[in-house]
Amino acid sequence: MKPSTKLREIPSPTQPGSDAHALQISLLGAKAILFEAPGAMDLPQQRRIWDLAQRLADWPEVAEVVPGMANLMLVLRQPPSDIASVEGALRRAWEESVELHIEGRHLALDVIYGGEGGPHLADVVAHTGLSVDDIVQMHAAPLYTVYALGSHPGYCYLGGMDPRIATPRRKVPVVRLPGGSVSIGGEQTGVSASDGPSGWNTIGHTQMRFFDPRREPPAILAPGDTIRFNIAKVIK
Amino acid sequence: MIEILATGALSTVQDLGRFGVLRYGVGTSGAMDDLALAIGNILLGNDSNAAGIEVPILPFRVRFTTDADFALTGADCEATLDGQPVPPWWCRHARQGQVLALGVPRSGARAYLSVAGGIDVEPVLGSRSTQMRGNFGGFEGRPLKKGDALKTALRQGELTPVSGISSSGFGVRPPQLGLPLTLSGSQEQIPVRVLPAGEYEGYTAQSLEAFWQQPWQVTPQSDRYGYRLEGPGLQAARPMEMRSHGIVPGVIQVPHSGQPIIQLRDAQPSGGYPKVGTVIEADLWRLGQARIGQSLRFIRVDHAQASAALEEKALYLAQLQQAVQMQRKIWNS
Repeated sequence: MKPSTKLREIPSPTQPGSDAHALQISLLGAKAILFEAPGAMDLPQQRRIWDLAQRLADWPEVAEVVPGMANLMLVLRQPPSDIASVEGALRRAWEESVELHIEGRHLALDVIYGGEGGPHLADVVAHTGLSVDDIVQMHAAPLYTVYALGSHPGYCYLGGMDPRIATPRRKVPVVRLPGGSVSIGGEQTGVSASDGPSGWNTIGHTQMRFFDPRREPPAILAPGDTIRFNIAKVIK
Repeated sequence: MIEILATGALSTVQDLGRFGVLRYGVGTSGAMDDLALAIGNILLGNDSNAAGIEVPILPFRVRFTTDADFALTGADCEATLDGQPVPPWWCRHARQGQVLALGVPRSGARAYLSVAGGIDVEPVLGSRSTQMRGNFGGFEGRPLKKGDALKTALRQGELTPVSGISSSGFGVRPPQLGLPLTLSGSQEQIPVRVLPAGEYEGYTAQSLEAFWQQPWQVTPQSDRYGYRLEGPGLQAARPMEMRSHGIVPGVIQVPHSGQPIIQLRDAQPSGGYPKVGTVIEADLWRLGQARIGQSLRFIRVDHAQASAALEEKALYLAQLQQAVQMQRKIWNS
């Protein structure tokens, strides 16, 4: 039997001639399945991912549901004996999913942009050609929505950044950045929850503890919550 | 209680891992060679998820500050108890004050020290494993250092709950013999089974052929977070842009360089690099014993084979447990 990569032949974003993201379901080992939603990575689509996550969490064979950015990883308790039926059920659940509006909590975070806490602000200036003030204004303007958690304990993937300040990830990651680092990686922005390495461009710093393993739930923020960055200070 | 007399920088307390908290950004951690830890617990009659100490770098020496049964599994590292050799895959009794020393491994990369009852640290988010990013779980959320005193889950003066270990102890055969996976032509290379992942078909046929046929060397930039490999390289047919998504230990990511990275127990639980495949869960223990400089070979499997491998591993452990229990009965009768 020829081992199959995808569970069914679905047009993939990697195929020539397709520039849009297509629906894709693929395996991550014997027990985990990655569902990638078709189309844009925007808030309406992410709301359907949250809804899908709730639906799947009720399946008895599911160990964990992990929402990502316009995608979702399903971890099963045991390897499914019939992978095609799981795929079919997943596809139906997606078709039935609706935009789930979460009345999350709102957080306003004071950010000191630039200086020691924002060592790569100059790199964003160099890449975008914008001034420090423009970048800071554009970064602090939107109301960001927590799309998903991942990367490290308590870290939030945020949606809503102004694409004009998008800056590619750094060629060489920084070995240790403090928790509370506000950074830009490609078209995404986020705040690190603890000290650690990062390949993103750090433009500012905020005092906030996003994760406490002894708290229930341990992460302070959840998908659907919103964040606004307040400009506390700009160091040039 | 045991006291750490000497340790390398990366000895940590681990159980089988922290599950069910990926959605908070918390990865699994857990023993790199989960099979070795499981066997240590079976030898001692422990709970199957009791915590032990993972020792990747030597020297490592501990003093038993109370009488305790212990087991040594994983890498064969010329261990001695007060100078007397302790074979690998062995459990025995240590008296108060005795010193256990681990030498340079003859084979394998990580040794596991288990104690009757398990290492007694407080479970955090359902696990005793050390979570390095964020510093929680394990012993004070950090690797062990000289002078640390670790409690075992037994009260002072008490022997093992199952008892029945003679002073010379007993052992089992290494799992490589019970769960063999061989590749014709090479003794040196470590074979592991891989299930293709989402972007598999995005690579050129030629580079995929090399992926299956050629060895991949484990580079010095390899640790519990992941193994960076060096080999023929993977060429994407066209650039692939991924959105951040959840991953599991064993996922083989391919950065732009084309040299893959196998994400392991301390890896980020999410990623954005294209994935060519996943080393199956049943073979992660083999990776845990791969040394820097050794080469891996990837064997392609499908989902049914990956599932069967997991069942085979569970059956192996169940049979081993039965055999060990039988052995104890003989001693105790």
